[in-house]
Amino acid sequence: MLGRLRDVAGWRERTLDEAPATLSALRDLLAREDPALGEALAGKGVQAAVNKALVRADAAIGPGDEVAFLPPMSGG
Amino acid sequence: MTVRVQTEPFDAGALLTDFSAGRLNAGGIVSFTGLARETTDGAAVATLELDAYPGFTEPAIGAMEAEALRRFPVQDVLVVHRYGPIQPGEAIVFVAAAAEHRRAAFEAADFLMDFLKTRAPFWKKETGPSGERWIEPRASDYDDVKRWSAISGEVDAGSPSKSRQED
Repeated sequence: MLGRLRDVAGWRERTLDEAPATLSALRDLLAREDPALGEALAGKGVQAAVNKALVRADAAIGPGDEVAFLPPMSGG
Repeated sequence: MTVRVQTEPFDAGALLTDFSAGRLNAGGIVSFTGLARETTDGAAVATLELDAYPGFTEPAIGAMEAEALRRFPVQDVLVVHRYGPIQPGEAIVFVAAAAEHRRAAFEAADFLMDFLKTRAPFWKKETGPSGERWIEPRASDYDDVKRWSAISGEVDAGSPSKSRQED
């Protein structure tokens, strides 16, 4: 979780025992656990990266993948 | 062409000295150092915190450097950018460009700063007397980057082709 998403979630990184098959399923899982985070992840301009490359919202994911959620970038 | 993204403070003078060393064919070197201000729009800022995504942020800045080298006749460029908590008066960003002739070095440094201010993968939080707030680029920053609009899509880390999520 980058930027304000980290503050909403209350954590930056965590490891899941079982990987959902898609990014959408991961979003749903996170939203069920924490509705406020789910809402933030669905917010305007939030993008996702898998293994440090931006991907589509419906991308497939698997064991060992690193998924990042990125709010709109603010620049340096 | 070098990118460094780091939490440690840096010495802009030392960076410029290192970058300049041994450049027998450079007619000019331009550098820019960006500092954290004590106030933004009149409001006091106690601390600035930049979040970065190591391993993602550097390649995005590297793409901006590659574009600067493609666009301007410069010999080399350097970007050093801090993240983490930054105190007022501390340097946040250092950009340098070396060229045979000065104009290209000025332009490449200007171009890099305009893109860094709007497109670099950082997330900025200011903490002041009225609490914390996550901030986005200013309208004027977007106006600045539009000066280079002909190529902006190629180095926009935030908008990869056909991979936007619904918004």
